[in-house]
Amino acid sequence: MLRFALRRLAVALLVALTVMTLSFLLTRLSGDLAISIAGAGATPEDVAIIRRAYGLDRPLVAQFLDWAGRAAVGDFGDSYFFKARVSTLIAERMPVTLTLGLTGLAIALAVSIPLGILAAVREASWVDRLVQLVAMVGQAMPSFWLGLILMITFGLRLGWLPISGTGSWEHYVMPGVVLAFSAIPALTRLTRSGMIQALGSDYIRTARAKGLSRLSILGKHALRNAAIPVVSIAAVQLGFMLGGSIVIETVFALHGVGFLAWESISKNDFPVVQAVVLVLALIYIALTMAADLLNGLLDPRLRAA
Amino acid sequence: MSTSDRGAPPARSPNPPRQSPPLLEIEELRVTFGRTAAVRGASFSLEKGETHCVVGESGCGKSVTALAVMGLLARGARREAARLEFAGQDLRALSERQLSALRGDRMAMIFQEPMTSLNPAYTVGSQMAEVFTRHRGGSRRAALDRAADLLARVGITAPGMRLGQFPHQLSGGLRQRVMIAMALMCDPELLIADEPTTALDVTVQAQILRLLAELQRDLGLGILLITHDLGIVARIADRVSVMYAGEVVESAPTAALFAAPSHPYTRGLLACVPVPGKVKREEALGSIPGMVPRIPPGFTGCAFRDRCDHAAPECAGAVPRQQAGAHEVLCRLPPGWAA
Amino acid sequence: MRQAGLVLGGVIVGIALLCAILAPWIVPHDPFLQNLDNRLAVPFWMEGSNPAHLLGTDQLGRDYLSRLVHGARISMLIGVLTVVASGLIGTTLGVLGGFFGGRVDDAVLFAITCRLAIPVVLVALAVVGLLGSSLTLVILVLGLLLWDRFAVVARSTTMQLRNLDYVAAAWSAGVSTPGILLKEILPNIASHLAVVATLEMALAILLEAALSFLGLGVPPPLPSWGLMIAEGKDYMFFSPWVIFIPGVTLFIVVLGINLLGDGLRDLLGAGDTR
Repeated sequence: MLRFALRRLAVALLVALTVMTLSFLLTRLSGDLAISIAGAGATPEDVAIIRRAYGLDRPLVAQFLDWAGRAAVGDFGDSYFFKARVSTLIAERMPVTLTLGLTGLAIALAVSIPLGILAAVREASWVDRLVQLVAMVGQAMPSFWLGLILMITFGLRLGWLPISGTGSWEHYVMPGVVLAFSAIPALTRLTRSGMIQALGSDYIRTARAKGLSRLSILGKHALRNAAIPVVSIAAVQLGFMLGGSIVIETVFALHGVGFLAWESISKNDFPVVQAVVLVLALIYIALTMAADLLNGLLDPRLRAA
Repeated sequence: MSTSDRGAPPARSPNPPRQSPPLLEIEELRVTFGRTAAVRGASFSLEKGETHCVVGESGCGKSVTALAVMGLLARGARREAARLEFAGQDLRALSERQLSALRGDRMAMIFQEPMTSLNPAYTVGSQMAEVFTRHRGGSRRAALDRAADLLARVGITAPGMRLGQFPHQLSGGLRQRVMIAMALMCDPELLIADEPTTALDVTVQAQILRLLAELQRDLGLGILLITHDLGIVARIADRVSVMYAGEVVESAPTAALFAAPSHPYTRGLLACVPVPGKVKREEALGSIPGMVPRIPPGFTGCAFRDRCDHAAPECAGAVPRQQAGAHEVLCRLPPGWAA
Repeated sequence: MRQAGLVLGGVIVGIALLCAILAPWIVPHDPFLQNLDNRLAVPFWMEGSNPAHLLGTDQLGRDYLSRLVHGARISMLIGVLTVVASGLIGTTLGVLGGFFGGRVDDAVLFAITCRLAIPVVLVALAVVGLLGSSLTLVILVLGLLLWDRFAVVARSTTMQLRNLDYVAAAWSAGVSTPGILLKEILPNIASHLAVVATLEMALAILLEAALSFLGLGVPPPLPSWGLMIAEGKDYMFFSPWVIFIPGVTLFIVVLGINLLGDGLRDLLGAGDTR
């Protein structure tokens, strides 16, 4: 288990380093960053001043090492637009994004696990087909559009929920539901296939031969084994949801990290963009690693390895 | 099934008074999966404390028969029977809830695949204890104590340590012992063992069989043992039923069957196996050509006729059930034809 | 049921493709022609609609049906070209990793892991934000980002094939490695890749719509469905149909592609490639 964890950690670090390089290169794509920062209508002299001020005249490698060295200790420099430290900006906005992501995940799990179990228990019946149809509908739903439709329906027409902002828990209901939609199809299908596999296994036959109740057979013996892959995919989905929350945060004007990124992109505020890409990637890497370790704990067979 | 002895008075009442009904009584059991008839009118019975072996090649309906008794058939299977009684109780009339109260308590089952029959996610102790608490209630602690006693009873050393282990930490032989101990948690009257030794090493097979025979003697268990291994039958069975293509083609006390096998299929099976003391060292083992056929519903005649050396045109018609005492054969050949 | 899904998906995708190809010849109006006197005309199912504009007009008085049909062009173009680009990258990586194993496979797995760690929408937005929005750039960015599933599926299916007898037979017959990859491996994993292609196409279309909705995808006045929703957003509380029509169209087309993919999966027996 320790060897496994260490190996996993080494790979994660390597991935983090690669993503770091990529997110640095990303902002250098356009060639001359100084021109982008200066914006339209800047004179060549302005550009030259900016280039010098931001150290953009130095070799690319030197710029990268400098940035990476400080990023490694959590210093992402200053925002060009917000006139604040990037790390402070991200730290301020992160709770909103995390709340949104966790709300979305909670809703997604609360919907997909019962649906998946139901479909598996009634495999090949109309219930199963209906559940699969729901998954397929969720997969085809444009999230930003669903957000708008919910706003019109529950915000404007019915007046049940606030349309935008972050004041109370009610502000997270609609964005959470929309975000959940992106994870429901995968989680439902995985729960379904895991349960079908578990229900067809020999140990379930044993459980039935032992005269256990249906609840114990489904909830204890089958679900426990079906849950193992669901847990790791749930972690991965949370990573995707945090990365994809930019769309939903923009639609609902939730001032989280995604909204920050969107603002920064439109303001050519590259230190922030760079940092958000990196932070979200690191969270994803950490989540997948945590999922692998959690799997080791959930599956006794992996624990010994 | 006949329980009459030779020389019994001919004018008996149709329902002779008995001290107690047989532990398990199956008459005309039929199980179909869609277009395939897996069991086609199988009949046999099992007395209390008796070991009854059901033998036959794979695919002849032995396991399905066992699952049908336990009510564990897969969805989509259809079960019919003229009689399906456990200790006088009609199993067909029980609801799923009543049946599950019986399973694991008064009738228990162990399976061919010890490697996969235990849940990988729970400890041995937890899986054993839950049978007891489910059927007998009481504390988990008490159930675990009983589990430890039974693990010791089935020959597992350091039972306290084994209780905390997961199935993957045990060998196949140990897992099958755990399965047996788990089946015994509630002192069942009937233990159905479906090829319990097939997946195990030969030396372990012998140990498990010895254990089963011992438990049967000590606890007065009725055992329905399903196997394709006639060597096993010769060693522990009181009575044998030979199944072929979903039918019981021959049923007899073990000694009688080995002394005078009457169905060509039984003879074929016996010729395939080196039964100690029956086959001479230098004699070649026989084999039955062909495979067990898939039988569609509505099939008539003897299912073995395509593989039988003694097949005749009349084998396609109705096959007579012949009876000589406790020895029953489903074949047109006259009794003693082989002698 | 499955067959019905396949047929329904095929019909939807077929209609969308026809619209995409024939758009200039079948639309009733010029999709770019503004008419400020006839803004936000209502669609046919509402009171006071104009038969000349079946689906009404947008905030600049452009015919909505014509824009919708032209929008199919953009979606289909993005979908197909993205899949071609990402399919090439992903299949190459996956086949190489699956076939050679060892270090090569480690490298491919590492690349897939890195790719999955990168937040797609964010990076795509950043790139488009930096380099300026254009159709080509969106295709390029999505193509470079969406190859992971191709790689995963190509890798695992190639691994299964590698050990089969006919590949060994081709080896011993002296067929070169590229020959084996192209003649023995690729044709046999093609059905799996076709299923992935449909799923990725659906995803690419959804992502383009999202990027355009956020103003960093296809530039106006191109009638991208995502852009139409973004432009209609300011009017949606009073004229909800302006976002309803392009949204439902987008949803149906993506659903159709997914249905087609699912049907193909069952038809080709391509197993679980989700």
